[in-house]
Amino acid sequence: MNAIIQFADSQASRLLRFPAHSIAGLAGTSLKHEHLSAILAERPAYGFFEVHAENYMGAGGPPHRALESVRRDYPISLHGVCMSIGGPQRIDVAHLGRFAALVERYEPALVSEHLAWSTHETTYFNDLLPLPYTEATLARVADHIDEVQEAIRRPILLENPSTYVLFRDSTMSETDFIRELARRSGCGLLLDVNNVFVSATNHGFSALDYLSDFPLERVGEIHLAGHAEQSDDEGERLLIDSHDGPVADAVWTLFDIVADRRGPIPTLVEWDSKIPDWSVLKAEAMAAQAILDRHAQTFVFGSTHAAR
Amino acid sequence: MLPADISSRDPREKPSYGAAFSGALIDPERATPNCVAGPNGKTATKRYNVYRNNVTVSLIEALASIYPAVQRITGAEFFRAMARFHVRANPPRSPLLFEYGRDFPDFIERYEYAQSVPWLGDVARIERAWLDCYHAADAEPLSATALGSVPADRLAKLVFQPHPAVRIVCSSFSSVSIFAANRNVGRAAPVNAVDPEDALITRPGQDVAVRHLPAGGAAFLTRLIEGTPLAVAASAALEVTPSFDLAANIVGMIDAGVFATIKDGDPR
Repeated sequence: MNAIIQFADSQASRLLRFPAHSIAGLAGTSLKHEHLSAILAERPAYGFFEVHAENYMGAGGPPHRALESVRRDYPISLHGVCMSIGGPQRIDVAHLGRFAALVERYEPALVSEHLAWSTHETTYFNDLLPLPYTEATLARVADHIDEVQEAIRRPILLENPSTYVLFRDSTMSETDFIRELARRSGCGLLLDVNNVFVSATNHGFSALDYLSDFPLERVGEIHLAGHAEQSDDEGERLLIDSHDGPVADAVWTLFDIVADRRGPIPTLVEWDSKIPDWSVLKAEAMAAQAILDRHAQTFVFGSTHAAR
Repeated sequence: MLPADISSRDPREKPSYGAAFSGALIDPERATPNCVAGPNGKTATKRYNVYRNNVTVSLIEALASIYPAVQRITGAEFFRAMARFHVRANPPRSPLLFEYGRDFPDFIERYEYAQSVPWLGDVARIERAWLDCYHAADAEPLSATALGSVPADRLAKLVFQPHPAVRIVCSSFSSVSIFAANRNVGRAAPVNAVDPEDALITRPGQDVAVRHLPAGGAAFLTRLIEGTPLAVAASAALEVTPSFDLAANIVGMIDAGVFATIKDGDPR
């Protein structure tokens, strides 16, 4: 895990066009253009902002001006949504080129993508679609991660998905699949705690067991978000990763457990739909920051204790 | 279900779940794919429908965010039904959603239930041009000073380099006024729809601006953007509009930031 942070720091020691803000131990939020004027007026004292890479793949104009302005004062996290790393077909090299150009231009503190796919042949479905966990998909997805990391010349953080279905021909657990992917490709991991809770509820496994199996030592960022509730064919609870409300109490509890085990690592509150006032989203991030700060103190003590 | 020769299969062989899973995503007539299930093998119809819903609804919302004035004119229910037809027939070919919906204005013009609103396609064209202008590359617009410094005897052959963000949309209807009346919140002012209006869409400073071009202005600017020398473009505009005011159009094009630089107009 330290390899990822050190890599970012060594990049930051180059002559930068943007200041090298540290992201260690910070809570942040998604950057929404609805909030831009409030953020620029308020200039919060600390925090970070995460952007969806695709929204900044236009040639110029107001999106880049806004991101430059935010990037001057804060660390940013570049979060790719549609690289289709988890898909069976080859990575779109034109898209990868655009992604690499953004990494070069904005020097983000964190770079992440999803264990999912969204394009089949030439159709883009605009959703994070699931994949079977088999030896064949493991080999292919590891190759895709290698290709992305080669192009951007740094490791990515790969995010665990939220899913609504399982594949009949999966032969391994999601945590085994992710652990092996990280081992083969050297990527770090983005642990989305809401996704863990959503998938655990949807598939009837224990979120705590999942977290115990998850290679926490490779986690470089945490995501928190709200979810919605529906039901499946049998009328059982089916959670939807909707990012349209506050973080659920159960997810805060799981986050507290992760922060206790892993220490204070950059944590993002996502909110992508039914976007509230900036003050509401900021309060969610401050709640996450309070948990990180509490564990920053105990973690120092805990590490010392463990090392003794 | 597994083939007998699985042990001899190359583990790097392309897995086929892409086609199997995505086939029914935007086709409501097709059944839930066999490759997926709920826990303990239970059925996954409603579970798979979450993906179907995510795909269709998010793409309808992408169109609504690109075409807000069209949605305001038609109402949300009409718009979403129209957009759903379009999404199913023409899903995105690029992961960049701000590129989506280029064929939506043509689709609107052919859409059976929108025939009573013949200007709707042109309003959509202005909205599509607005978004292209918004994301276009940055450049300083040509200044009045730079143009003023050109010697009088070279003006006729002057050729201009367009600003990357400039777009022109010509309409047989009052599409610029209708666009302006419906693009923002607040009460939409009544508009007489039948006066032809041409739109000039530019980004002279920080923001996109939509202007109503004077008569002959579209003919003039279209030729200049194509690289036609100033005098030839002016003649073309005078031909379609005898009252064409060259001086006023030049002032307007500088003010709007239509061009980035002056190119050497001498014959090669």
